[in-house]
Amino acid sequence: MRELDHGKVVQAICNSTREVFSTMLGMEVEAGESYRQQSVPGANAGVVSLIGLAGDWAGSGGISCSPEFARHISSALLMTEFSSVDEEVLDAVAEVTNMIIGNVKNSLEEDLGPMGLSIPTVIFGRNFTTRSVGNSDWIVVPFQSASEQMKVQICIAPNKTKHSPRPGFANGLALA
Amino acid sequence: MTLDVMIVDDSAAIRKILQRVLRQAEVPIGEVFEAGDGREALGMLETRSVGLILSDINMPNMDGLEFLGQLKASNHLKNVPVVMVTTEGSQMKVMEAVELGAAGYVRKPFTAEQIKEKLTGII
Repeated sequence: MRELDHGKVVQAICNSTREVFSTMLGMEVEAGESYRQQSVPGANAGVVSLIGLAGDWAGSGGISCSPEFARHISSALLMTEFSSVDEEVLDAVAEVTNMIIGNVKNSLEEDLGPMGLSIPTVIFGRNFTTRSVGNSDWIVVPFQSASEQMKVQICIAPNKTKHSPRPGFANGLALA
Repeated sequence: MTLDVMIVDDSAAIRKILQRVLRQAEVPIGEVFEAGDGREALGMLETRSVGLILSDINMPNMDGLEFLGQLKASNHLKNVPVVMVTTEGSQMKVMEAVELGAAGYVRKPFTAEQIKEKLTGII
């Protein structure tokens, strides 16, 4: 079984996030120090967007940020001001997640083999907790843009079931 | 001479951005029709004709590759050029799209220039 190279994953996340932000949002982001975490990072308030990955390796990837940052990136993407987190903001965050994690997936496929990508799911609220049923760590990269922060994270492990025709939350992510 | 265009993507944000990019790229577009997936697009194409389709791949209900396959199997739709605009960048998916008859492939994220360049020669 091929090994997951932490450095390559972090590099793929950094490259993809910078490219999506500069090309689609006209924004620069600065990556902070990456780390590993067991639960979905920052997932107790704000906006969390997740996409499933499935193939010989399976898992989830996503972004988490404050409602203010979600409105900010949506405004940059759609060139429209948003005063609240509405359907359009959630859709924009989902698409930014799709582009970031989709391009991370494209990079990782060179080492881990082909993977499918699910439709994104976006969660917005307060006082919620999330947990991963699987025991793999999340690789988290924080990014700073002006005074705001967001996190891009991915949790991926060898797929023991082999059959994942439609990727979902393949690592068993659950809302509690 | 303007061209009616159909944009097929489950993200309303991307449909809006592509419309803006087409206008920025000075593509002479007429009416723009939007569909959220392949199934909806095929339904709309029963009563409308377009000169160009931009389609995502990863979509619910009917994905972009199945949509492309059905379109190319249809006598009255097979000549409409389809450009895939998608995050999906694996060689396997690109090859599949080309074999099914895609006229072009643009990876997200994209610039207006990339879209314009891809459409030059197609329309």
